[in-house]
Amino acid sequence: MTKSNNLNIKYDKYTFKDAHTPLYKAPKGLRVEIVKMISAQKNEPEWLLDMRLRALEIFYAKAMPAWGADLSEIDFADIYYYIKPVSERGLTWEDVPKDIKNTFEKLGIPQAERKFLAGVGAQYESEMIYHSLKEKWSKLGVIFEDMSLAPQKYPDLVKKYFGKVVPIKDNKFAALNTAVWSGGSFIYIPKGVKVEIPLQAYFRINAAGMGQFERTLIIADEGSSVHYIEGCTAPMYSKDSLHAAVVELVALQSSHIRYTTIQNWSRNVYNLVTKRAIAEAGATVEWVDGNLGSKVTMKYPCVVLKGERARAEILSVAFANSGQHLDAGSKVIHLGRNTSSNVISKSISKGSGRTSYRGLVQVNKNALHTKVKVKCDALLIDEASRSDTYPTMAIDNKEVTIEHEATVAKIGQMQLYYLQSRGIDIETAERLIVSGFMDIFTRELPMEYALELNRLLAMEMEGSVG
Amino acid sequence: MAKELYIKNLRAGVADKQILYGVNLKVTTGKIVALMGKNGSGKSTLSHVVMGNPEYQVTGGQIMWQGKNILKLPVHERARLGIFLAFQYPLEIPGLSVFHFLQTSAKAVQGKNFKPQVFQKELEKARKELKLPEQFLTRSVNEGFSGGEKKRMEILQLKVLQPKIAILDETDSGLDIDALKLVAGNVRQLVSKEFGALVITHYQRLLNFLKPDEVHIMSAGKIIKSGNYKLVKKLEQQGYEWLEK
Repeated sequence: MTKSNNLNIKYDKYTFKDAHTPLYKAPKGLRVEIVKMISAQKNEPEWLLDMRLRALEIFYAKAMPAWGADLSEIDFADIYYYIKPVSERGLTWEDVPKDIKNTFEKLGIPQAERKFLAGVGAQYESEMIYHSLKEKWSKLGVIFEDMSLAPQKYPDLVKKYFGKVVPIKDNKFAALNTAVWSGGSFIYIPKGVKVEIPLQAYFRINAAGMGQFERTLIIADEGSSVHYIEGCTAPMYSKDSLHAAVVELVALQSSHIRYTTIQNWSRNVYNLVTKRAIAEAGATVEWVDGNLGSKVTMKYPCVVLKGERARAEILSVAFANSGQHLDAGSKVIHLGRNTSSNVISKSISKGSGRTSYRGLVQVNKNALHTKVKVKCDALLIDEASRSDTYPTMAIDNKEVTIEHEATVAKIGQMQLYYLQSRGIDIETAERLIVSGFMDIFTRELPMEYALELNRLLAMEMEGSVG
Repeated sequence: MAKELYIKNLRAGVADKQILYGVNLKVTTGKIVALMGKNGSGKSTLSHVVMGNPEYQVTGGQIMWQGKNILKLPVHERARLGIFLAFQYPLEIPGLSVFHFLQTSAKAVQGKNFKPQVFQKELEKARKELKLPEQFLTRSVNEGFSGGEKKRMEILQLKVLQPKIAILDETDSGLDIDALKLVAGNVRQLVSKEFGALVITHYQRLLNFLKPDEVHIMSAGKIIKSGNYKLVKKLEQQGYEWLEK
């Protein structure tokens, strides 16, 4: 297989403004040629192209999942499998649906148009911050790069870990991502380095936007720690209706990775994400996962507790309004001794919205002295709202402590009455109760996100969105 | 001119059971009115029907506030008119901080007159008068509160919202002597031409501290005896039996 070498691509900035390739005139649909072009475009090493092609075969071979949300309306032939630059996406502010525009006004987000379209939100001030942070980080040896550039810049690291946490056979959509991925974050934290400021996806100003098939790989070397935040509470409009991302986290001995996501994709999007972490001895991985948007989300952040005393914390919230099905959950796999996991899941369904909690706790026979705590709470706001819980526990030894608590409730009529008796109208009262229900999640977010989340919640409750 | 809450021939109940059989009662600013009676006499039901609890249906009569019938008004509007109910069993609202709750209520009741700095000052003062610690404000409303804390929290809300008529539904149950004195002192202090209270209880203890201006006794959904503080003494000595003859 020969790569095409006659494409004149500049790699200092990941933009396509100097490229004149036929890629952008290529039609929709998935075919081998497109995968080859994507790889060539990035000047990828042979092994990566091989992996893409193998993944494509696996994608074709695997059946659609027979469980979870209804994916029957995804038309794989009606999708562009390569990333277009922002300016060439032919999307203008006028194209944006009115209700989305109204949302931005209500949320009072400055420079709404640009942030919305770019999905990058890297406004001028952020660029300045990013540059100064980048200098500081590079002195420490911290790498924070666009995933598309990583294979050329850091070939050894990428080769060592790429595809090792989420194997290409894992599921159909991980295979798809592995075949056509583009963009995402590549982060490496050297031994002992603790990055205090959260790294944010939007700092990657070189990205051409929130891609459909982002691939993120974070490696925290021994004793290091990092907090990565991606996503945005503001609704992200995407003409692309399929988002299949993969996130791989490698937490080496005694390291700490916290990964926060807030997702609020527009209501036409199928958001099918594979997120997995491997935690070595003494390491901690925290997934903080907020799901607000999309038509369908299927996402089960996973931690494999490989080493002794490794720890997993998974905190997730899902808010499904009418027309949405958010099928989320968690997976913890205990392999090492003295490992522990703590899962808290909060689901809210409004209108005819549907949430599901799908959780797996697996404790291997050698994973002695395991401690597991799972709490999943569901709140149903309206008569037609729906929530389901599918917990699975596969426990193969007796030296474990497992706590599992699940609750389902409607908004208490007496709670509403109590709040109303203090002069609070019913809409505000409902919002306070729902916000209180989510509080355990909201308080883990940085201030700006928490404030935006609360405002967004108010709008969802009002029924003025979606 | 005193402001008057006039409960006129009120009949009410739940789906399959009538509880109030024509209650007539006036509560005005400037006075403390006590309502006593055994368990099951309908005292709590009365307080909830006045507030507008949707679990109850009104089948007859009126509730007049300053001459206007408030029966058609939703709960939150009755509160905004200046009617307050200190619940016998206050509800827990997990994840909602006491501070945020009080602020939202004060804003709702005071509307345009709400001033954040005034609110903060008054809250601080009220909290200290009720001997509630500062970290109280960051706790979730009523979650994990002791009985006494819940009752003092009701009075804290009363002091912050400054209603015209407060109905205290068995506020004394579960309180020790010191807490009782504290609550009674706080309520007595508020009585003025802009504030009056309806104190519901079946114990005499709280009333010994509060010294009500009027005392009414309820039985089987109706008021069967009215008088002054001397009635309290009589009940203390003789119980409720003599009324049932």
